[in-house]
Amino acid sequence: MSTVIEVKGLTKTYGKVAAVQDVSFSIESNKIYGLLGRNGAGKTTLMHLITAQQFASSGDLQVFGEHPYENNRVLSQCCFIKESQKYPDSYRIIDLLEISSSFFPNWDRDYAYSLIELFRLPLTQKIKKLSRGMLSSVGIVVGLASRAPLTMFDEPYLGLDAVSRGLFYEQLLEDYGKYPRTIILSTHLIDEVSQMLEHVMVIDNGKLIIDEDADELRGLAFTVVGSTTSVESFVVGRNVIDRKPLGGLMSATIMTRLSVRDQQQANTLGLELSSISLQQLIIHMTNGRIEGKVAIHE
Amino acid sequence: MGFSIDDSRPIYMQIAERIENDIIQGQLPEESQVPSTNQFASFYLINPATAAKGVNLLVDQEILYKKRGIGMFVASGSRMKLMEKRREQFFEQYIVTMVREAEKLGITAEELTDMIRRGDKS
Repeated sequence: MSTVIEVKGLTKTYGKVAAVQDVSFSIESNKIYGLLGRNGAGKTTLMHLITAQQFASSGDLQVFGEHPYENNRVLSQCCFIKESQKYPDSYRIIDLLEISSSFFPNWDRDYAYSLIELFRLPLTQKIKKLSRGMLSSVGIVVGLASRAPLTMFDEPYLGLDAVSRGLFYEQLLEDYGKYPRTIILSTHLIDEVSQMLEHVMVIDNGKLIIDEDADELRGLAFTVVGSTTSVESFVVGRNVIDRKPLGGLMSATIMTRLSVRDQQQANTLGLELSSISLQQLIIHMTNGRIEGKVAIHE
Repeated sequence: MGFSIDDSRPIYMQIAERIENDIIQGQLPEESQVPSTNQFASFYLINPATAAKGVNLLVDQEILYKKRGIGMFVASGSRMKLMEKRREQFFEQYIVTMVREAEKLGITAEELTDMIRRGDKS
């Protein structure tokens, strides 16, 4: 498996604020990555750096083994669909599709037009007249039909209805299955996309706090509920990441994989166990109560 | 099939279990072809690599085997093998837990067998 992006100690500061802070990671080819985190965490800045739309303050960045700045060999292989992409005022959807074919070497015209029909977009409508949801659909069409070896979607579904989001997920998986490529999905709608991801990166306050295979994160934490004394005796010596009291009851979230022994112990103590979703796990990790990089492997 | 995938355990394990269930229940007979990883991915809206990991887990256990250029197939004798494995798990998962709960409630062994017989009829 080859490396598409290699980042070492990357930092981007605006005045005194560090939007991206000493971040290191590598992105492998033909995987679907999730770049997750709260608003203002640094996701968009990171993608701007990767696509050479902003300069890093310090650190190393290689995309397809080269420096991306003003480098057409690199940039012609990248497609970055921004959350608030601006288009020239006179552009109609059809103009955008035609010009995209000259930007992206792998552009599939037939696929683009079939997506336009699928998302029910008016080809000859001016883009500036489109609703927010339709504008998002246009971005999705361009991103998918570009078939760029590195395709990045930054919050691609603003204003999109549930039907269109479902269409996007189906098309993404189907086309990726036929034409594997590296895809980075940046989002805070974690529950909706989590099962499509192969790898998860969570960025918080400009720092990369999770960089892990998505399946490794599933079942990594669970919640126990019961009487406060029972819960307290169950959690002794365990890594508790959240506690919520409710009268004489207590709910505690523990970071560990559930074993049969744990289950039996919980049964004996009369505790209820429930698994937590990837989204809940990430909320616990980014709510500011845990410091530093999260240790996932013991 | 037709259940949804959840976050309680790694998805590849859930996929492997789905295939096992389909083999045990006869929906995937021995020597029949298993859906491709892309079909699993589209059906459950999951990552194809994750689906492949689940399928490969069963290949490692010789439940499935690969026909080059065609796809994955259910191995002969895999249904018995899976039943065997599930029977062992049944004891651990259900019987041990049940007996413990019964002790807690003061249910005797005779009462328990009687309950199982009644449960069989309902």
